[in-house]
Amino acid sequence: MSLAAVVIVVVAAILIGAFGLRLSRTTSDFYVASRTVTPLWNASAIGGEYLSAASFLGIAGLILTHGADMLWLPVGWTGGYLVLLVLVSAPLRRSGAYTLPDFAESRLESMAVRRTASVLVVLIGWLYLMPQFQSAGIVLRAITGAPGWVGGLVVAVVVAVNVLSGGMRSITFVQAFQYWLKLTALAVPLVFLLMAWRSGGAPGLSEHDMAHWQLPLSSAKEYGLYSTYSLILATFLGTMGLPHVLVRFYTNPDGRAARRTTLVVLSLLGAFYLLPALYGWLGRIYAPDVAGTDAVVLTLPGRVIGGTLGDVLTALVTAGAFAAFLSTSSGLTVSVAGVIAQDLLGGGAVRAFRLATLMAVAVPLVLAVWARALPVADVVGLAFAVAASSFCPLLVLGIWWRRLSSTGALAGLFVGGGLACAAVMAQITGGPYGGLVGALLAQPAAWTVPIAFFVMVVVSFLTPHRVPLGVARTMVRLHTPETLNLDRGDWRSRSS
Amino acid sequence: MTRRRVTVMSPRTAAARRPRYPVSREIDEQTHLGEVYMRSLLRTQFRLALLVCTVLACVVLGLPMLFLLVPELRAVHLAGVPLPWAVLAGLIYPMFVAGAWLYVRQAERNERHFEDLVERQ
Repeated sequence: MSLAAVVIVVVAAILIGAFGLRLSRTTSDFYVASRTVTPLWNASAIGGEYLSAASFLGIAGLILTHGADMLWLPVGWTGGYLVLLVLVSAPLRRSGAYTLPDFAESRLESMAVRRTASVLVVLIGWLYLMPQFQSAGIVLRAITGAPGWVGGLVVAVVVAVNVLSGGMRSITFVQAFQYWLKLTALAVPLVFLLMAWRSGGAPGLSEHDMAHWQLPLSSAKEYGLYSTYSLILATFLGTMGLPHVLVRFYTNPDGRAARRTTLVVLSLLGAFYLLPALYGWLGRIYAPDVAGTDAVVLTLPGRVIGGTLGDVLTALVTAGAFAAFLSTSSGLTVSVAGVIAQDLLGGGAVRAFRLATLMAVAVPLVLAVWARALPVADVVGLAFAVAASSFCPLLVLGIWWRRLSSTGALAGLFVGGGLACAAVMAQITGGPYGGLVGALLAQPAAWTVPIAFFVMVVVSFLTPHRVPLGVARTMVRLHTPETLNLDRGDWRSRSS
Repeated sequence: MTRRRVTVMSPRTAAARRPRYPVSREIDEQTHLGEVYMRSLLRTQFRLALLVCTVLACVVLGLPMLFLLVPELRAVHLAGVPLPWAVLAGLIYPMFVAGAWLYVRQAERNERHFEDLVERQ
C-alpha cells in the first residue's frame, strides 16, 4: 500500500508538471501570477518548498536519537524566518533581485561578486539536494527492499523531467498544496498515534531516558554547549541564504507584502514543527531501536497501531515524505539550474538550461550514492552553515551598510564560504572526528560566521575606493516604500 | 589687521527664500538634505531590526545557558511536560509569531511616517 502511495505521488507530480507546461510558458507568467497571489498562498508555497526530507523525517529521527538538544533544530529553522523578516525580507523584494547572484550584482556592481555568489548558490544547492536523494533511497528501501540508490534515482529523474518540461516552476498553487499535504500527512497519523498511546495506558519514558535523554545538554556528546550554539547560529542566520527561498519572495507584489508573507510563513512553520518533536518522543517510547536512522516517522504507525489502519497511515506518511522530496528538490533544482545556465554556462538559451538541469541533479545524485550516509537533518544543517557564513553577511551588510565594498564582499564570501565548505567536505567524506576538532567541523557556523563578517568589514574599510558608485541610489531602491515616486535607478534582473 | 566690512540690509523675506523643493526631488538628486532623509529612514528601520534581533538573541542564546547554569529548571514540569520541552517544542513558536507581528506593525508605521514626511509639501 505504501508503494501505491509513492506511485500516486510520483505520477501526480509528473502529470502536474505536464499540465503546468500548458499553464506557464514563459517566466513572465510568474510575474503575472504574482499580482493575484495572496500572502497566505505565497506563504504556503514557501512552506511547501522549504519543508524538506530533513523536516519531515530527519528532525524526529535526530530527536529520538539525541534527545532534547535536537529540539533546537526546528526552532532554528523557524526562527531563521524571523531574522530574515526583520533584516532582509522587504529590502530584498524591493531590490528587484530574482536570485542571490542578482542581488550581489545589483548591490555591489561587480561581476566578480556575482560569479562567486553563483558558485556558492550551486554548492549550497547540491549540499541540500544530496540528503533529499539519500532519504528517498532509505524510504524506498524500507517499503520495497530496493537498493539505496533506486529511490534517489527515481526522485532525481522525476524532478529533472518536471523541471525540463517547465512544469513545477511557476505554479505557486502546487507548492502551496504541498505544504498542506505535508502537514496533513504528519498530523493525521499523529492524532491516531496519540489516541493509541492514551488507550495503551499512556506509557512514559524509561527512568534512564527521563534522567538523560529528556534533558538538554545531558547527552554523552562532547562539547554539547558549543554544538548547541553553533547549531543555533547556523539555522537562524542560514535561512536567508538558501537559494530556493529567495525566488519565492519575488512573487510578492511589493516589500510590504513580502513582510506579511514572511509573517504567515512563520505561523505555518511553527504549526508544522510542533509535530516532529512529538514523533521523536513517541518514538523513544515505542521504537527506541530505530535510533540513528531517519525511519522513526515511517515506523511508528505500523508499530503502534498496526492492522489495516496502520498500513493506511504508513502509506499516508510515506506519500508525505515523497511529496517532501519532490517539492524541495524541484525548487532547489530550478534555482540551481537557473544559476548554472545564467552565470556559469553563460546564456539563457533553452539548451543551456537543459544541460544545467542535468548538472544540477546529477552531481548530488552521485554524491548521495558515494558519500557517507549522515542523518539527513545533519547534512541539511551543514548547508545552512555554508549559507550563514557566506550569504548572511553579504545580505545583512549589503542591505544596511553603505560602506561595504566589492572587494570586501568578495573576500568575505571566499573566506567564510570557503572555510565552511572545507569543514563540510571533511565532515562528509571523512570522519566522524573526535574531540574539539570533531565538534568544530561538525558544526562550523560558530567560528565561520564571525570570521566572514569580520573579513567583509575589515577589507571594506581597507578598500574604500571599491565602494560601488551607485550605493546611494541602491539604498533608495532597497528601503523606500514603493508608493513613493522616487528615482530607483534602472537596474534590471538579468534572470527575468 | 584688516576689518571686513559687512553690509547690513533688511532681509527681503519673500525673495531670499529658495524655491521650495519637494523632498522626493532632494532624494532623487542626492542632495545633502535628501541624504539626511534617507539616513533617518535607514536608522529607524535598522534600530527596530536590531531591537528584535537583540531580544531574540537574548532568549535563544540565553536558554541553553540557563539550562546549564540552573539545572533545577530542567526538572520543572509545566502541565506534566518538562520545561525545556514545553518551551522549545511549543511556547517558543507563538512567541516568534508575536514578535514578527509586532515588528511588521512597527516597520509599516515607520514607513508611513517616512511617506508623510516626503509627501508633505
